[in-house]
Amino acid sequence: MSVHLPSAPHAHASDSVPRIMGLVLLAVAPATLYGIVLFGWPALNLFLVTILTCLLGEAVCLRLAGRAVRPFLLDGSALLTGVLLALSLPPWAPWWIGAIGGFFAIVVGKQVFGGIGQNLFNPAMLARVALLVSFPVEMTLWLEPRPPFSGAAPGFLEGLAITFGGIPDIDAVSGATILGHVRTELGMARELGQILPGHYGAGTAALGWTGGSLGETSDLLILIGGLWLLWRRVFTWHVPVALLATVLVLAAGFNWLNPERFAGPAVHLLSGGLMLGAFFIATDPVTSPTTKLGQLIFGAGCGVLVYVIRTWGGYPEGVAFAVVLMNAATPLIDHYVRPRIYGRTWRGQSRPVPERARRPPAGSGGTE
Amino acid sequence: MSEDYRGIFADGLWRNNVAFVQILALCPLMAVTTTATNGLGMGLATTGVLLASNVVIAGCRDLISQEVRIPVFVLLIAALVSLADMAINAWLHELYKVLGLFIPLIVVNCSVLGRAEMFASKQPVLASAVDGLAMGLGYTAALMLLGGCREILGSATLFAHASLLLGDGFAFLETTLIPKYKGFLLMLLPPGGFLALGFLLAGKRAAERRWERRAAGRGKVGTGAEQSPSTA
Repeated sequence: MSVHLPSAPHAHASDSVPRIMGLVLLAVAPATLYGIVLFGWPALNLFLVTILTCLLGEAVCLRLAGRAVRPFLLDGSALLTGVLLALSLPPWAPWWIGAIGGFFAIVVGKQVFGGIGQNLFNPAMLARVALLVSFPVEMTLWLEPRPPFSGAAPGFLEGLAITFGGIPDIDAVSGATILGHVRTELGMARELGQILPGHYGAGTAALGWTGGSLGETSDLLILIGGLWLLWRRVFTWHVPVALLATVLVLAAGFNWLNPERFAGPAVHLLSGGLMLGAFFIATDPVTSPTTKLGQLIFGAGCGVLVYVIRTWGGYPEGVAFAVVLMNAATPLIDHYVRPRIYGRTWRGQSRPVPERARRPPAGSGGTE
Repeated sequence: MSEDYRGIFADGLWRNNVAFVQILALCPLMAVTTTATNGLGMGLATTGVLLASNVVIAGCRDLISQEVRIPVFVLLIAALVSLADMAINAWLHELYKVLGLFIPLIVVNCSVLGRAEMFASKQPVLASAVDGLAMGLGYTAALMLLGGCREILGSATLFAHASLLLGDGFAFLETTLIPKYKGFLLMLLPPGGFLALGFLLAGKRAAERRWERRAAGRGKVGTGAEQSPSTA
């Protein structure tokens, strides 16, 4: 009779990759649907193109690498990358933006490193950064919201024409995001007191009635999805809280120093991709540190970079850059921030055994 | 001895290619390969310097003592690079304006000193000349290939401004593949250079592995040679 002796680990969590990906997809779904409704058919077309190219890129790479295509393709990771990328694109961008971005995310951002779990950078954000650097015009074309049945919304065929043929009259539809608007106006030496009224309201920004990419419109829905994931323990609170708190503190501090030059915390927290980045992108388990302290440093670093790029950098929005830069710092953080070894002090020596736990010596002249 | 020279050429062009196998001289490789023409110009300049330095160093190899060889090599190479710099400035001034900084930097191009140390200081003049030529041509081919890939993806042209480098007779080389291309800026920036180099390296290794397998398959016909594990 043979005895099967299994090796460690003996305890397994029931979380599999498809399950976690499914939960995240479910959490991001309300904001996605809201964004698609807000921007109509072209947004849906772009969304589908991005996701399909992500899946196609994944399948091609897996085939080339000689790995099993079906299990990896169906684990939902490529799908989630596609969704997050699509959420970060301008909703009326032409189809090839989504296609190039999808391929770049999967091929360069993920499969080149060896596939799921091996990537150094968040694939969706890497693709967004590459697109933004390569196609600055197409990637900064933002729209005022135009929900269906509102007159300004394009019909289905018109939507296809916009996605696959280009926007007929760009100047008639485009409008600046709040961050872009602030950036431009500050550049023209105007003061925030004149800029913000009329263009910005915290309530509309939170609910999502603003221009922007699909995922940066409704902060409320993103927040609900993020909190739900937190409750389901898909990730811990460390990264999002550190990120948001850092931005909050920095924005409040500088706003207090000079309210005419620096936008306040409400503007920063409720605009751009900050919520999406904090809950859905910076929390990526593959590209963020493993320890709690490391995650706090990572989140705070993202927050500092976001604020610095938004306030002094060349681009009005910096969540993608911040996350990618901190992804690059993640191995360093993991190297220096290590958990204490069980039974040892932080310096690596054996912990002193408490006096009461010691057995009385059996005899004198023992093993000393 | 012709077998030897063939081997030297194969080393320079493929088996031991400066850029794709030794992964040397990447600084000029990344910096100038935004078009195939720039790559060609830089490659030819490097080839000239490599050839001349190999010949000179092989000729002087018995005069140079082992202890001071590196400073002497550097001095010789620096003198040759200065000559090349002035020559290009005088006769190919337009190209000089494009390559500018990178011509003097050939002096620190590790492939030149590398060939001097590894080959020319131990081999006769003729073999060293062949080695310098082969290594230089291999590097030129790599620069042109990388430059071509980046140029096609980045700006959808090929051999743009070739007439500046080669004279008006070569204006036919200048092609525009997609007339109203908006430009894929990333490929023209340094990250694009690294990405393109990475994919070219992967392609080269994949091709070699395929040839190896095919050669192995030809060796053992009909014994399921396709499944034989490759030694690589």
